[in-house]
Amino acid sequence: MRAVNLLAVFVENKPGQTARIARLLSEAGVNLSWLTIANSGSFGVMRFLVDQRDTAVRTLKDKGVMVSLVEALAVEVPDKPGSLQAVADLLGRNNINLDNCSGFVVHNRAVLIIEVHQIAQAGAILEQQGFRLLDQDEMLRL
Amino acid sequence: MFWDQESETLARPTLEHLQMKLLRETLERVAQRVPFYQQRLAELGLKPESIKSLADVRRLPFTTGADLRAIYPNGLLAVDRTEAVRLHTSSGTTGKPKAIFFSRKDVDNAAELIARSLVSAGISRADVFQNMMSYGLFTGGLVMHYGAEKVGCLVIPAGPGTSERQLMLMQDFQTTVVHILPSYALYFASFLEQKGIDPRKDLTVRKAFVGAEPHTEETRRCIERIFGCDVYNSYGLTELNGPGVACECECKAGMHLWEDNYILEIINPATGEPLPDGQTGELVLTTLKREAMPILRYRTRDITSIVPEPCDCGRTHRRLVRFTGRSDDMLIIRGVNVFPQQIERVLMSFPQMGRNYLIIVEGLDDLTIKVELAPAAFDGQVDHLEALRQQMIEKLRAEIWIRPKVDLVPAGSLPVGQGKAKRVIDKRSL
Repeated sequence: MRAVNLLAVFVENKPGQTARIARLLSEAGVNLSWLTIANSGSFGVMRFLVDQRDTAVRTLKDKGVMVSLVEALAVEVPDKPGSLQAVADLLGRNNINLDNCSGFVVHNRAVLIIEVHQIAQAGAILEQQGFRLLDQDEMLRL
Repeated sequence: MFWDQESETLARPTLEHLQMKLLRETLERVAQRVPFYQQRLAELGLKPESIKSLADVRRLPFTTGADLRAIYPNGLLAVDRTEAVRLHTSSGTTGKPKAIFFSRKDVDNAAELIARSLVSAGISRADVFQNMMSYGLFTGGLVMHYGAEKVGCLVIPAGPGTSERQLMLMQDFQTTVVHILPSYALYFASFLEQKGIDPRKDLTVRKAFVGAEPHTEETRRCIERIFGCDVYNSYGLTELNGPGVACECECKAGMHLWEDNYILEIINPATGEPLPDGQTGELVLTTLKREAMPILRYRTRDITSIVPEPCDCGRTHRRLVRFTGRSDDMLIIRGVNVFPQQIERVLMSFPQMGRNYLIIVEGLDDLTIKVELAPAAFDGQVDHLEALRQQMIEKLRAEIWIRPKVDLVPAGSLPVGQGKAKRVIDKRSL
């Protein structure tokens, strides 16, 4: 099954934290292709898709930043009404909960990034129904 | 192993006889030379000869921290100041500190007690002793240093240098014993983890003396696990020489208080009445051998109890259980008494907890606990962190009867001082 690895970073929820992490990554020459930030009270979790995963992890860990890798599915969907519904409906009917989800369109290609607990099962179901899953390289080349 | 087997294993009646003799000498000294005590004793209608047995100790006046501040700087001196060779002060976070003088004999005696304590924990002249406490006015540096030298250890007076330097010294000189603040030990562990150093394999530390901060049994076990070494609790306070007042022997079952140097009482802090052995209350100490600055019935504010049973090690000096707190540290939140150690005990029961925490009380008795998350506990999932936070809140509520707010923060983000860790910030202004 094709999946992508996202970098998850644990930070305090206070001004300047995004800038700090972004600076560390840019100084290491790491390019960001996608990101989200979720806040929960005192802390926030940033997720990045980066071109040099290992360099990014090592750089942040060296600076004492708490990092973890998270597996996600990158699902290519038709750029038209009803695509999100089709994917969500399929997973819902199979009793798979969406833990995190984001989406975007670039060069007329629509992509959903999905995190679920049962990632292998979800990947298989989506591929059976004809959805294409992108791997790390494809995501970075979009 | 013993440093001074005869003194350490005196039969109780002999020890008590010795205490009585030394107490009479102390009382005569202060009655002759210290106006502060002359006045206190006169107010109570007491003369040195009024104290006929150890049971009469309860008739003597207390000395408090406030008294020591009030008579700062020279008030309790029982010798001419030219006889004093060393000055230490308490950390004195507010206003004037407490000044403590040592005569040459006092310096030597304090080192003697440290030597007993170190040897009772299995330390010998073959050890390399890295003293990571602050040198200077704080007793944890110099007083411990003299004692470790007396034992014959190679003493490295590292002081509170940077973690990089501490590590270099440990590696280059094969340090086997460290004297360290428990909060710094935990911080240092995360520093080593970041450096990719496994203290069990890459370092030679086999024993750690921790003190100067109250800490829990959970913290001791955590430090032992990380460093793969034995950790011994110790107790001291500047007013009564600093470290070495009481220390754990190799049995690690309570701290032997050197009763040929101090008379030990546990009192009810509210009424001042002595409590029987085994009951929890405030520790009160009277010095028996101090020359420059004897102190009668010092209210330590530390909460503990006496272990009445003899120890397996053969020492006859009674033991104190791990301190449950300082009566000064006790927080009253929404009318409930809370000791910071209760909170620490709960937090340390979570493997996901990192190395540091901070208790903040503000506004109308709102309790917030900031908890560092261990790096291994972060899997990127916000919902897992939320669940952990809720579990911590529930367990804390069950322990302290107050529902706190818990904030999870990244490892290394809470302040770590070079001195004693500041674990509690009370912003209430009532």
